[in-house]
Amino acid sequence: MRSIKMLPRLAWIIFIIFQLVASTSLFAKGKQVIKIAYLTQTQKVRPVLSNLDPVIENKGVLGAELAIEDSNTTGEYTKQKFSLEKFIVPVDGNAVDTFNKQIAKKYAFVVTNLAHDVTNKVADIDAAKEALLFDAATIDDALRNKECRANVLHLLPSRAMRADALAQYMMKKRWTKWFLVIGNTKEDKLYAEAIKRSAKKFNMNIVQEKLWEHTFDARKSAQADVAVFTQLEDDYDVLVVADEQGQFGEYLDYRTWMPRPVIGTQGLVATSWHRTHEQWGATQIQNRFKEKTGRWMEEQDYGAYLAVRAIGEAATRTKSNELNPIKDYLLSDQFTLQGYKGTSLSFRPWDHQLRQPVLLVAPRSLVAVAPIEGFLHPKTELDTLGYDQPETGCQWSKEQ
Amino acid sequence: MNKQILSAILWMLSAAAQAETVFVTLEKDNALAVVDPIAGELIKTVEVGRRPRGIVISPDYKVLYIATSDDNIIKMIDTETMKEIGTLPSGDDPETFVLNPKGDTLYISNEDDSRVTVMDIAKLKVIKQVQVGVEPEGITVSPDSRWIVSASETTNMLHWIDAKTNIIVENTLVDARPRAVTFTPDSTMLWATSEMGSSLSIVDAGTKQIVKRITFEVQGVTKDKIQPVGVIIDKENKRGYVALGPANRVAVINAKTYEVEKYLLVGQRVWNLAFSPDQKRLYTTNGVSNDISIIDLDNLTVTKSLGVGNYPWGVAVKP
Repeated sequence: MRSIKMLPRLAWIIFIIFQLVASTSLFAKGKQVIKIAYLTQTQKVRPVLSNLDPVIENKGVLGAELAIEDSNTTGEYTKQKFSLEKFIVPVDGNAVDTFNKQIAKKYAFVVTNLAHDVTNKVADIDAAKEALLFDAATIDDALRNKECRANVLHLLPSRAMRADALAQYMMKKRWTKWFLVIGNTKEDKLYAEAIKRSAKKFNMNIVQEKLWEHTFDARKSAQADVAVFTQLEDDYDVLVVADEQGQFGEYLDYRTWMPRPVIGTQGLVATSWHRTHEQWGATQIQNRFKEKTGRWMEEQDYGAYLAVRAIGEAATRTKSNELNPIKDYLLSDQFTLQGYKGTSLSFRPWDHQLRQPVLLVAPRSLVAVAPIEGFLHPKTELDTLGYDQPETGCQWSKEQ
Repeated sequence: MNKQILSAILWMLSAAAQAETVFVTLEKDNALAVVDPIAGELIKTVEVGRRPRGIVISPDYKVLYIATSDDNIIKMIDTETMKEIGTLPSGDDPETFVLNPKGDTLYISNEDDSRVTVMDIAKLKVIKQVQVGVEPEGITVSPDSRWIVSASETTNMLHWIDAKTNIIVENTLVDARPRAVTFTPDSTMLWATSEMGSSLSIVDAGTKQIVKRITFEVQGVTKDKIQPVGVIIDKENKRGYVALGPANRVAVINAKTYEVEKYLLVGQRVWNLAFSPDQKRLYTTNGVSNDISIIDLDNLTVTKSLGVGNYPWGVAVKP
């Protein structure tokens, strides 16, 4: 290095600039780097009922970015640096190829925002066994039961957790007789199954279930159609609708034959995040997110935020950037995640579902937060929502 | 008969000596409750501005500083007349702040901006804004005026700010969502509560390392309901007290052995704590049950709860 001193000043400056540009690791010099990949696939835009709400195409990634910023503030003090690399697979692309070519062996932590079947295709790649996937998008119960994978953690509440949250609220309100209306998609059937499971669990009575088969453009005939459709022989307390895409559910409210509240995928909705949520410091993150992105935080943003924050929390506590210590810590009793829900969040070891309160919201107000007071559990009341340990269908955890 | 009169006079004298006023901010009522804790009465409720939360009394007990969060301002209230005598610019959404022992400098947590604002009260001037972690909340000044410690909820850190230079010189990582911090009277130890970590960390002010981590267990209350918030230590450094939020308990901790001696059942979602001037009583604000609890510290029993208004948040006491 003797020669460096002798370099003319200009060359010296060029040398420094070259170092700065060529090596991003210079910025992280002396810091432990935690590399996180974000893998998503562009979805086909599905038809919507109305143009009231803009279609948001970047749900998820902005939450991950905010969490990187938050984690790096901690990292400033702990000499850790968190980085996020984004991989966006086109609609007709192949997420498995992208993983194999660009993520495998390079990233131990991968936040995924993928469809149900694609999530497990990626999880089953050989190289993915040496990584931990943070599923920030699916709500499928199957992925947490029969189709569970030991290298996947699930951030968003499953359909069963959502249905249980609604059921607890209905039980509290003594709305015990339900009329279940089911749309015609595969997801609607899964949602309806979750509702039926909750009805059984909380001893509620589904007086009738009906498939909604009417045309989607019900704008002209909804008034008459819904009145006829909801005229039942047996009376009911509440109409529970299963319409995840929102193709008809909005038409039910105020148009039923008898005046009955609508809950489920429309009306009173169970979700992990909503713009009306402002308790427990949620206002702060709502503000930070909106200031950064110019829009409200959506559920997938929250899922991705929690995923990156979970990695950040575990990396900070274990002072590590390696898979095994971080995974062990995430699944241990010591792990607690702050999620603006008034209680600490953690992963269920039997199915890797993040246990968390579920918000029950109307479009412009937060109605309740489940678990509803009075639903007790010997370990944590959060486990009154969804599949508890004795009920799990997840095999790998039973083998352990 | 004479004895009775004598005892009556003695009682009146002692009552006069004990006379004190408790001020409680009522977040949802936009008001301040004025309480006579000896008589156990709510004397009056005074309008103070929108969403009052943090409250601090000046060392001479003449001025109350109240953060009215939705007005984005800190108000100064005369403790005799209960009239507003001035305002301090606080930055957006002020919640918690603290006065130094001299009473001339205010340190404010600006939660949305991740900053601590240092303000000269006499000059009404911001001396410095110190960048800290995300969502700073709890803040305290050591009794020897050497340190300001700010706790950031999302960064999970205690930031040690040198009071002379207003620069962060050290950071201590604590359990999830640190909420409140306070020093022992001799300034050697810092106690910090972690709301989501369900713990209390005792940090050595010399090494800035955690020397003891205390967790709480209340029979019949699940762990996730135990959310430590307010913390306070008596002048003799005998005992510390921690408000456990929705566990509806105050933990009594031996400040020497760090053993939890007792859990006192108070109102719902107990939040902030204050001593009576003689340190014989502890006052707690209970956010959900809309009351304050009065604890007799000689006997460690809750003697009274007193309805004060909606969402009692902060508490300050004047002799």
